Amino acid sequence: MSDASVHAAVHAAPTSFIRKYIFSLDHKVIGLQYYALAFVAVFTGMVLSWIMRVHLVWPNAPIPGLGWLSKVGAPGGVVTPEYYLQLLTMHGTLMVFFVLTNAPFAAFGNYFLPIQIGAEDMAFPRFNMMSFWTTFVAFCILISSFFLGDGPPLSGWTGYAPLSAVGADAGPGQGVGQSLWGISIFVFCIASLLGSLNFIATTLDLRTKGMTLSRMPIVTWAWFITSCIALLAFAVLLPACLLLILDRVAGTSFFIPAGLNVADHIQPHQGGSPLLWQHLFWFFGHPEVYIAILPAIGIVSHILICNLRRDLLSHRVLIYCMMAIGFLSYMVWGHHMFVSGMNPFSSLVFSFPTLMITIPATIMTLIWLGSLYGSNLRINSASLFCLGFISMFVSGGVSGFFLAQPSIDIYLHATYFVVGHFHMVMGVAAIMGVFAGTYFWFPKMTGRMMNEGLGRWHFFLTLIGTYAIFMPFHYLGLAGNVRRYSAFQDDYLIPLIPVHKFITYAALFTGAAQLIFIFNLFYSRFKGTKASENPWECTSLEWSTPSSPPPFDNFGGKHPVVYQDPYQYGVKSSTGDYVMQTSPEQASVAS
Amino acid sequence: MATILQPPRTEIERERPLGHTGRSGGGGRDLVPEGGDLRLVKDRPGEPTRTGIWVGLAAIAMSFAALTSALFVREGSGYSDWTHISLPRILWFNTSALILSSVALERARHSVADFMRGSQASRSMPMAWLNATLSLGLLFVLGQYFAWLQLRSEGLYLPTNPNSSFFYVLTGVHAIHVLGGLGGLARVMLKFRSAARPLRRSTMDATSYYWHFMGLLWVYLLFVLWLKL
Repeated sequence: MSDASVHAAVHAAPTSFIRKYIFSLDHKVIGLQYYALAFVAVFTGMVLSWIMRVHLVWPNAPIPGLGWLSKVGAPGGVVTPEYYLQLLTMHGTLMVFFVLTNAPFAAFGNYFLPIQIGAEDMAFPRFNMMSFWTTFVAFCILISSFFLGDGPPLSGWTGYAPLSAVGADAGPGQGVGQSLWGISIFVFCIASLLGSLNFIATTLDLRTKGMTLSRMPIVTWAWFITSCIALLAFAVLLPACLLLILDRVAGTSFFIPAGLNVADHIQPHQGGSPLLWQHLFWFFGHPEVYIAILPAIGIVSHILICNLRRDLLSHRVLIYCMMAIGFLSYMVWGHHMFVSGMNPFSSLVFSFPTLMITIPATIMTLIWLGSLYGSNLRINSASLFCLGFISMFVSGGVSGFFLAQPSIDIYLHATYFVVGHFHMVMGVAAIMGVFAGTYFWFPKMTGRMMNEGLGRWHFFLTLIGTYAIFMPFHYLGLAGNVRRYSAFQDDYLIPLIPVHKFITYAALFTGAAQLIFIFNLFYSRFKGTKASENPWECTSLEWSTPSSPPPFDNFGGKHPVVYQDPYQYGVKSSTGDYVMQTSPEQASVAS
Repeated sequence: MATILQPPRTEIERERPLGHTGRSGGGGRDLVPEGGDLRLVKDRPGEPTRTGIWVGLAAIAMSFAALTSALFVREGSGYSDWTHISLPRILWFNTSALILSSVALERARHSVADFMRGSQASRSMPMAWLNATLSLGLLFVLGQYFAWLQLRSEGLYLPTNPNSSFFYVLTGVHAIHVLGGLGGLARVMLKFRSAARPLRRSTMDATSYYWHFMGLLWVYLLFVLWLKL
């Protein structure tokens, strides 16, 4: 490896346990901390979804332990309709903010972005540490709502005003719980802004010699584009949360209309606009979808190229597509509000760019499929999850075509069709990307390989399970099954209960399948086969570090110099069919 | 604001920014030359502090764009409860103080540069200008406080009417940002006097970009609050 000497490290290597593992400045430790937090959040959210699914099909069944958690919300363990909505709110908030934003972006991005550009650390290591711990505080504030007042809020992860703004009159959890929700998201926004600022400055200023923008791996680009989106999106949600909190605690009327009667109580507010909250929230909310999915797109493309042993048809076009999606994401927020009573002409204005997003999304899909066609893909857990991602992205994305059209969305908007759509395209697809990333980078993060057999079992059970859960949601939606109901007692809904039972079984099954992953993760961490420095024969800089996990300063006191484009595969070289980015070797094209 | 400080000559700028200069070739601008002779790579990398402040300002601008958009939506929504408040006169004095503080900071920046070049021997002139900036900034915040007191004396509190709500929120959030800027200025002054942790060019520049932006932002907010749709 060519290198330039290092004269000064960004910051000194930590010596104490606290500075090494808790209040660490090392981007790798911070990345793992984000991963651990997302891990806790995803399993909390999954357990909440289990409780909801069980309650939906056995509404009177007591759920062990739940009565202890909330005597009012679940007396004797039986979930009340209000508590169902409280669980639903927490499930959505945890998953969207603390899992889908944290895992693919903050966790993997923190760990690998600096290494992939040849830097020793992030541009602002202290901001980075603050960013994680602020996120952790936001998480604790949110979780505390389970134990304070009358539980968490019930206004959904979107916190729609005016019910989220008027206080305890709006129902259980709308007092203390909703305030905690608002404060938690406010704090989360600050953390995300700090993180995004760091990612952008690091990518622009800390690239090593020879690492031009065009030589950055596709996943580095994905994190960079995502950080640009996140910077502007969370900067809007932050003041929106401030206004919401002021409506709740200071008596202002930003989102509460005059004369609003809630629980037989005329609210003492003037003519605020509930729609204003929706506009501000969704201006953040739609880009948030891409904050979740773009890093996964980058991770999957990066891993696929390595396992294809050749570049994608055009990884540059794929980067341009990500940029286009990022740009368009700010022009489509109104498609979440087709049923808000907006002028039909306004709906068309939002519908058109929404449909335009399908163009770069389709180009990306065609690039993946075209690159896979006729290839000798190396099959392993990571590449299987990449295929799973593409499958889920396409299956979930196709329903987006329908929902983008106001006339169809008005019928489907309040149904399970939408639930199926966003769970597949945003939730499961992004999680598939996280799984792919975990299997792929685990050797670098721990120095050991994950168990391949368990990984494949995990993949197939997860793929089948998630399809079994979320595909029937589309059918339920088309049949008019309204979402957010805690039980189905209407005549037209009763025949659909067997479908719900099937989904509940599938959810329990798929959740249980994740135990394989948990076991594999912890078992392999300590007992897994020792990994070589570059077990996947990958070209990017994270595989050029002198050890796994990389040393404190990533490259062992030296700085890599980059000579190659990121994906030099399918060539003849001294290393085989690939050339590392750090190699000055002029490889010849393989015959 | 466009003043470019010259490269350092004195001990004050001997410290290299974060250790990056020795290791980064500014990948975005320089390929490794043919033959791989890195001695030919002259380009300096970007400075994260400068990039960071621009990125941070973009986020702040976006937040205030959201808040003022909300004001426009609320004011233009046609509800009869919008009562346009007359702005306290002290705001014009405050505005002058903030603009003057920006001028003082530019003088401070020139003066600091002169000192670093060695063309000025004493720290007293740069410190005087920095002190003037800090004082004018404090005067601005104090003036904003008096503006709030004046509104309260007129019976206009945060929840009184939509316009007063927006007034307090916009001026309050801006004042918090200005206080952050004052903290930054205090840090610059401490570093300027310190031999152990000397002032870097980029810190001086970043602080001044932030401060000037606060001034521009205030002029925009004042216009928005004054405007009657």
